[in-house]
Amino acid sequence: MTDTPAQIFRDSDSDRGFRMKWWAGRTAIYGVLALWAVICLFPIYWTATTSFKMAPNVMQGQMIPWPAEWTPEGDWAKKLFYEPKWKGWESIGLSPSTIGQESTVRAEFLKRFGNSAIVALSASTLAVVLGSLAAYGLSRFRYRFGFMKNDDISFFFLSQLILPPVVLALPFLVLYKELALLDTRIGLILLYTLTVLPIVIWIMKDQFETIPTELEEAALVDGLSIWGAFLTIILPIALPGMVAAFILSLVLTWNEYFFAALLTSTHANTLPVMVASQTGSQGINWWAMAALSFAAILPLVIIGVLLERFIIKGMAAGAVK
Amino acid sequence: MSGGDQLHVVTSDDISDNRRRIGRGLIWGSAGLLALVALAQAAQVLGWRDFGFANWRPTLYAYCLFATCLCWAQVIIRGEQGKRTLFVLPAALFVVSLTIFPLLFGLLIAFSNWNLSSLSGRQFNGTANLVQMWHDPFYWNALGNMVIYVAAIVVEYAIAFGLALILAGQIRARKFWRVAFLMPLMLSPVAVSWMIGKSMLEPRFGPLARLARALGVEQPSFFESPWMAKLTIMVLDAWTFIPFMMIMLLAGLQAIPKELQEASRVDGATGWKSFWEITFPLMLPVSVTAILIRIIFKLKLADIVITITSGGPGGATDTVTSFIFREYRERSNVGYGTMLAMVYLVLIVIGMTILMKLAARLTRPRT
Repeated sequence: MTDTPAQIFRDSDSDRGFRMKWWAGRTAIYGVLALWAVICLFPIYWTATTSFKMAPNVMQGQMIPWPAEWTPEGDWAKKLFYEPKWKGWESIGLSPSTIGQESTVRAEFLKRFGNSAIVALSASTLAVVLGSLAAYGLSRFRYRFGFMKNDDISFFFLSQLILPPVVLALPFLVLYKELALLDTRIGLILLYTLTVLPIVIWIMKDQFETIPTELEEAALVDGLSIWGAFLTIILPIALPGMVAAFILSLVLTWNEYFFAALLTSTHANTLPVMVASQTGSQGINWWAMAALSFAAILPLVIIGVLLERFIIKGMAAGAVK
Repeated sequence: MSGGDQLHVVTSDDISDNRRRIGRGLIWGSAGLLALVALAQAAQVLGWRDFGFANWRPTLYAYCLFATCLCWAQVIIRGEQGKRTLFVLPAALFVVSLTIFPLLFGLLIAFSNWNLSSLSGRQFNGTANLVQMWHDPFYWNALGNMVIYVAAIVVEYAIAFGLALILAGQIRARKFWRVAFLMPLMLSPVAVSWMIGKSMLEPRFGPLARLARALGVEQPSFFESPWMAKLTIMVLDAWTFIPFMMIMLLAGLQAIPKELQEASRVDGATGWKSFWEITFPLMLPVSVTAILIRIIFKLKLADIVITITSGGPGGATDTVTSFIFREYRERSNVGYGTMLAMVYLVLIVIGMTILMKLAARLTRPRT
């Protein structure tokens, strides 16, 4: 038997056309996805690798850090690979050779980093506490503050979102000067809490409205007070929403630049102010700036990778009603 | 939105007159203390008498005490009802004291000539700031730029919608793509403005400049000509915020019942037709919300402009916020800057009200 047995099931020509189309569609979709992923991630890769470069690497534009002994021969390799050096990280005192020594630049960096962390964490915590309470109250009870009813109060809170920071900035500058709050962390914390509070209230209100009131009713019948029911029954259920609100607040407050630039000068500077103050003066000294920028974005990159679920949940709240 | 699903609990509260009196005493006592301290401080500022205050902190402390007493007294006077008020009152007090008061104070500043670095202090100058604003071409230029920047949201929306559609479809490694696409939103705009604006777009050694040269552009420059600079800033800002719109739209897409799309497929609608006739109209409310929020964020755009171009070339990339920031940094005149900001706020409130009215009409279900 030389000839192959005849196929019983065969793709007709129209089916084959369909498959072709399907494959083309898949390729296009994954192409778009890959392209956009490169657009999103390349700047991060660029910053991370640039922090290990030296002046010649910057000027020749090599892209891939690669140990010298493994670098293959040839001109193409010289154009692509470079030997990573710790120079950039030395400039903020965080390289292996400088980590053990006293370093003023590192102390400066860590101070700014600490300021950013304290301000962002405290402001987010305060906003989540105040915002959750308000959102719970608004979703459960009927209020009347003067002429304002529930909907008006909600709108009052949410309308703060429209307020551009620049409107508050200069009055706050003058007020803080009189109150001796200029260049203090507390001053920044108060303002940051104010800016993220509407977002927290929005997310939390959405969260509480999905929890049935029967839960509290049962708890109240069992003899808990309103606050007892809220703290022991409702809060644990609403925890994912609170985490989402907290992380979104953290992202916004960690990255805030405008208020920090206006209201701090030497003591309470946050990381973005430090980064901004060095961008102009560094010239082609890219490795130092890259190390600093990368250190500034790293905490949020890690949070983004680990807690992406919560961020998406937070942003999706309110989108779907 | 409200009313339907609320907690209705009837509690019998026995509040004695004595308890009421204590509560009222608490409120009025602390208010009196606040008034007293404020008056004493005002007297010192006006030079009537020296009490030895270094700053206005004592008034702040008295205010905090008053706020605490006000909250506490709610429970004392009104019992169970007061405990409910206690949920909303702290946040409300916080927001009122941090926005309403500074806004009123800002109005006062806006009508004065106040150079913080000079010793003469604040001088009331009536509408002089308004007149100066009217003749300030840079402010109008900045407002015009804002209109252009906001218009760019249409393109951002289209891209975000496309990405959301792909992410909602059947793809592998969905989580990886989602995390990757979310990343730009997490990065600090100031760091981004160095990472992209100052290094990747650098005309000699930046990778994007090299790419442009490889594609045949001679001497690529991204911030030289006004329109190019404006476009670059738009692209940078879009890069940061497209993930935000994408996530909101994705949530909307995933909430659409599968039956609807299946039904439309059975009826013979495919591809484009199904998108325009089914998906897009269903997504209208979510789209409007996403775009409105995006506009609000866009109107605050400042960080990347301040750190990359500081408004240049010749004010081509200025936003209102960055312009006021520079105006204050250069002349430290708070009066004029505040007036500009106040006018901006009024414009925003009018604009947003109109937009929200339009949006409400647009998303109203067709019957």
